[in-house]
Amino acid sequence: MSRNEPKRALEREDPYAQSASSDDVGNPGATDVVLELDGVTKQFGPECAVDELSLSVHDGELLTLLGPSGCGKTTTLRMLAGLERPDGGEVRLNDRVIADGDGRFRKPEHRDVGIVFQDFALFPHLSVAENVAFGLQDRDGDATDARVTELLELVGLDDQRDSKPAQLSGGQQQRVALARSLAPEPSVLLLDEPFSNLDVRLREQMREEVRAILKETGVTAVSVTHDQEEALSISDRVAVMHEGDVEQAGTPEKVFQHPESRFVASFLGQASFLTGHFGHGAVETALGDFPASMVEGLTTEYENAEVDLLVRPDDLRATPVEDGSGGNGEIIYRQYMGPSFVYRVRLESGDVVHCQHNHVTDFELGQRVNVELVADHTIAWYPTQ
Amino acid sequence: MATEEGLVDALRREARGERTLALTLLSAAIAALVLSPVAWILLEASTVGFARAVNLLAGARMVQVLVNSLLLVGIVTGASVVLGVPLAILTSQTNLPFRRFFTVAISLPLVVPSYIGAFAYFTGFGEDGALTAALADAGVAVSLPEMTGLVGTAVVLTLFTFPYVFLSTRASLASFDGTLLEAARTLNHSRTSAFFRVVFPQVLPGIAAGGLLVALYALSDFGTPAIMGYDVFTRILFVNYYDFQLAALLSVQLLAVTAVIIALESAVESGDASGYASSNPDAATRLELGWLKGPALVVCSLVVVAALAVPIVVLVLWLVRDTGQTGFGYAFSWEYGWNSLSVSVLAAVASILFALPVAYNSVTDDGRLSRLAERGTYVGYAVPGIVVGVALVALGSKYAPFLYGQIPLLVFAYVVRFLPQAVGSVRSSVLQVDGRLTEAARTLGHSPRAAFRKVTLPLVAPGIVSGAALVFLTTMKELPATLLLRPGGFETLVTYIWMVQESRHYGKAAVPALVLVGISAISMLVLLSRGGNDVT
Repeated sequence: MSRNEPKRALEREDPYAQSASSDDVGNPGATDVVLELDGVTKQFGPECAVDELSLSVHDGELLTLLGPSGCGKTTTLRMLAGLERPDGGEVRLNDRVIADGDGRFRKPEHRDVGIVFQDFALFPHLSVAENVAFGLQDRDGDATDARVTELLELVGLDDQRDSKPAQLSGGQQQRVALARSLAPEPSVLLLDEPFSNLDVRLREQMREEVRAILKETGVTAVSVTHDQEEALSISDRVAVMHEGDVEQAGTPEKVFQHPESRFVASFLGQASFLTGHFGHGAVETALGDFPASMVEGLTTEYENAEVDLLVRPDDLRATPVEDGSGGNGEIIYRQYMGPSFVYRVRLESGDVVHCQHNHVTDFELGQRVNVELVADHTIAWYPTQ
Repeated sequence: MATEEGLVDALRREARGERTLALTLLSAAIAALVLSPVAWILLEASTVGFARAVNLLAGARMVQVLVNSLLLVGIVTGASVVLGVPLAILTSQTNLPFRRFFTVAISLPLVVPSYIGAFAYFTGFGEDGALTAALADAGVAVSLPEMTGLVGTAVVLTLFTFPYVFLSTRASLASFDGTLLEAARTLNHSRTSAFFRVVFPQVLPGIAAGGLLVALYALSDFGTPAIMGYDVFTRILFVNYYDFQLAALLSVQLLAVTAVIIALESAVESGDASGYASSNPDAATRLELGWLKGPALVVCSLVVVAALAVPIVVLVLWLVRDTGQTGFGYAFSWEYGWNSLSVSVLAAVASILFALPVAYNSVTDDGRLSRLAERGTYVGYAVPGIVVGVALVALGSKYAPFLYGQIPLLVFAYVVRFLPQAVGSVRSSVLQVDGRLTEAARTLGHSPRAAFRKVTLPLVAPGIVSGAALVFLTTMKELPATLLLRPGGFETLVTYIWMVQESRHYGKAAVPALVLVGISAISMLVLLSRGGNDVT
């Protein structure tokens, strides 16, 4: 709305893309680690919500915990904020233990950690300016006013400083919530499903805007979401969580293109698996034989293994068979997405794969097609289950 | 997120376990305390042998009392529906002129305490009535009928309680989703047939809710039948309160009739009051009155005259007629006003202190005991004031003679009667405080205490204040428990009115009665500003 240069922020600097080692979870050698979780565990009754989770957050980065409902991501965030106590492990902030399983616990008000809540949790009885000033109780009046003005200008709401939260739109409420939690200059800012309360159009705009604001302030941030598109588009790094632990952490590109587990592969984007047999330096599949060099990390020690290759819809192309018979598969479902079609194809081998096509490539159900692999990158594989 | 949230809640509950348990026990203790008068009645009644109970209650006089009470409840409820429902439709669904004025004017009789209405009709009508005399002075020689007995009681109670039906019917008409009516019309129903098949079933629960309030009021009202000299439960109870066994038996009978009325009302399935989308029909869907406009205006005006103008005019007449001559010992003193004020403040403070733990606990803990405790405190809604008074006279004189005839017992009676108002008010404001807000305050560097002071308290305070105000205002006009439990020589505005009307010094009642009407008007404003519809 009032921000006119969000582009700059979207040109992403990616300090971790170059060095593979800094992607590693809990890297002890890095000097710029701000926040560190070390074997953190949280149990609710018999259930383990967070299970020996380890993760490092680097100075100035925006890291997103991504996972399905119930994977423990919100619990992790609440432990960072001091709203839950861990049962085991250690949480360190700037090399100081702020919580561990032995009862050491720094209260939320002494943590230097800010949080933007899912429903924003703006104080309904206070004005916008009073909300933003709420965490500035250590400063004198003038300093508080100056800081409030600074923050409201940052989020473009200076003209709404005397409004009550109920008078604001969803996007404006979110910006106030952001300004409020940034005001005390926290070491780490936490964002709990920050965009889920906004409608779809506004959500995309606010992603851009929030990222721009975070980058402008240089704050270290951890956000939580179940929306993969959101995670991939705003984060410097993504940590995919599954059953209380981090399955994989890395840049969005790395995690999307080189998923280290089936779960990560299936959770991010549409994934199909092509069964194959590895022998004589190549993988035999229903779509032909592929040399081991095309498959990431498939070395001779796996000779004779049954493997599943990860193929995404844009890695495959289907060509109709002219005479209506032959080919290696049949269209069994068509999904029109607007700009593109995604076709589900049952291969002769029984594998089911998805092929993405331009919106003018119109196949009919039941049509015989020939599917081929057109990927220009190496392919991930997993042992057949 | 469902499972995750559930787990978090479970953990919080565990962490707060001990504190919650203490709070739950405190709420339960409070509920037990306010239920104690009812408990005493049941216990005392059970000590009366069966034969003796039959002997006492089956006598011609007691049967007559039961019949009288049921007759009164039936007539008043029926008349209120007949009066309230058409007026609600007229003022909300038609093109009646001055709709706004009539809506307010027809609701206003609620601010006249029924015993003051009874006083006005009893002393204004009849051959020697103040109104008859004033009309004669003005050259209009009409003989207004006597207002006594069943007729007087029924007329007065109907005029001053039918607005309950009027308001609840209006509310359910307003919450009715207009698209349903449109849907019925597109499904080939005429306007009339659509009204009876779609609108009426949806509005019925609203009418029943208003009818319930009227029926309970008619059954439990003490002042009106007492002034009119009509023998119903409350009057007989008041006369026989010192005979504890008979009083207990009568109270049980009265409570049983109350229970039947409540059961009847809840049999009318309560509608879903969620849809407040379309409030008022726009010009296009208003019913055209046509030639009925004139008669409708006359009816509305007559109701306003009878329920609002008559009592005020009669009180003013008595004010003018009061010669200032003081009957022996009947002079008005502003000390009575001060007494009313001080017991009402005490009742308000005590009710809030009782309400806070109950309301807070009922929001934060949904265990069975917590829910029971909260429901228990609502006993005051259903138990007539005269029953509370009689039970506390017995309990006090038997087990706590040091309290009997003292202010604390009187204040406790008010708490039993009006705690529901305080609990309801506090509870709805506690419900508004989202747990995330205190968490947000914590992460912004505030201690739990500071978070409570800066966030929770400011959000709950309005509910506490309006709850206290309601209790204060309703205590100001409470009659039966005050009469029975006030300390000797301690007169309030209400007991003074009672005293001078019994001794026929009617002119003396005018000032305190007008003050009380004013105070009731303020309590109505408090209710309206809170936007709630739990009219008491």
